Amino acid sequence: MARTVIPFGPQHPVLPEPIHLSLVLEDERVVEALPTLGYVHRGLEMLAVKRDYNQMIQIVERVCGICSMIHSLCYCQGIEEMMGIQAPRRARMLRVVWSELHRLHSHLLWLGLFADSFGFESLFMQLWKIRERIMDLNEATTGNRVIVSVNVVGGVRADLDESQVRWIKDTLVEVEASIRSLQSTIMNDSTVCKRTKGIGVLTRQAAYDLGAAGPMLRGSGVAQDMRQLKYAGFDELNFEPVVETAGDCWARSTVRFRESLQSIDLVRQALDKLEPGDLAVKAKGKPEGEVITRVEQPRGECLYYLKGNGTNNLERVRIRTPTFANIPPLAAILPGLDFADVPVVVLSIDPCISCTER
Amino acid sequence: MSIEALTVAPADLLAEATRLKNDGYRFVTMTSVELDQTNMEILYHFDKDLVLKNLRVAVEKGGKLPSLSGLLFGAFLVENEIRDQYALTFDGLVLDYQGKLYAETAQTASSSPFCKYHVKAEPDAKPGNQPGTQPGNQPGTQPGTQPGTQPGTQEGK
Repeated sequence: MARTVIPFGPQHPVLPEPIHLSLVLEDERVVEALPTLGYVHRGLEMLAVKRDYNQMIQIVERVCGICSMIHSLCYCQGIEEMMGIQAPRRARMLRVVWSELHRLHSHLLWLGLFADSFGFESLFMQLWKIRERIMDLNEATTGNRVIVSVNVVGGVRADLDESQVRWIKDTLVEVEASIRSLQSTIMNDSTVCKRTKGIGVLTRQAAYDLGAAGPMLRGSGVAQDMRQLKYAGFDELNFEPVVETAGDCWARSTVRFRESLQSIDLVRQALDKLEPGDLAVKAKGKPEGEVITRVEQPRGECLYYLKGNGTNNLERVRIRTPTFANIPPLAAILPGLDFADVPVVVLSIDPCISCTER
Repeated sequence: MSIEALTVAPADLLAEATRLKNDGYRFVTMTSVELDQTNMEILYHFDKDLVLKNLRVAVEKGGKLPSLSGLLFGAFLVENEIRDQYALTFDGLVLDYQGKLYAETAQTASSSPFCKYHVKAEPDAKPGNQPGTQPGNQPGTQPGTQPGTQPGTQEGK
């Protein structure tokens, strides 16, 4: 049978960011998929040699807007480890609060985009309407909706007063009720199930061997989440990774849905453990040596390798983002799919191309 | 402070990666680190039960390493990235973008854009304020636009 090459992207209705896939088809079945990158590459790692280690916080926050807070958290943790300091307990708990609010709004954003990818526009609008409540919390507590810029080396620069804590808790009660009201639609609606169940299956072994990360890994039955490393304030919180075993688009969607509720729980736990205290410790000296630090972003494991030489400028900042890890598994599961399922499967990895290319 | 890493010779890399894979390690990523004008090292990161195992492999700039992508398909993307940015090549790369993963035009050994020893820096210039002294401010010297077409901009530190 003759083969046809269909370009998918870089601009496509389901893609929030540009990535190109060359899809080789036989009839309407994908037999090969070749990703092409380079549309939003900014060379941010290279800036490490030109900006000092404090300025780099603003740079890493711009690797990806949606998980900006968690990028700077990972980076600051690495610098703190190099300088032999630890953020105060209150700062570590506040880091949990804002990082989980980020995960929550990221998952709601993705769930909406996912619904849109199979034409369920009212579900998309409902989810984004809920998400706005979280964006309001971010804006009111940090001054910004997306790039909240709360992390500094040694702690955080913003605090929550009693009234803000109460307001966040009250808002989360309503947000949780709103999310739960959509549970049966997201998990059981026949339209959703027909477009997601059994589609784009990544087996447990394949996910592990291909180096998948985050909900892509946990949706295939691997219980691995970097929050198990107990960074920030997670050492004092009850946390178990959310795992699904089907390995298909439905499983990945369900992991993110359940993680949204889990993030609400984690924010509550962290707020309950907030005690008066300092927001930051002073960092003395210059970063020297090399460290690897990892955190769990909404899309999965994020790894930073940092190398300092005792000056203001780091010698190397290497950022391995979760979408970068999930592109090889995506390229592996696309062959064999119907062309009509490609948009849904591509979106099911929650692609963040800004992260991937940096 | 240094990370724990097992130093491995390039010739032993595949055997060591195979051993780690068979021991249940998951490939996480690779990190390229420029050491000086002629030397680099590549760190290979593997994970098992949230514990990282790192391999450290020394290589000369413009050199060649065996590709892990035949053993661990997930390595193809980062190996292509290192080829783009640091001009290292990988033997046996299963999906080889020929130095064009990010760029439309292939990078060459003399235009490895992420090597600081190939970036021209004026001693008195304030970074970012002197048009023409930074690769990003000079048309044709940005990674991927016209690599290697600006003689003099890719010389020593």
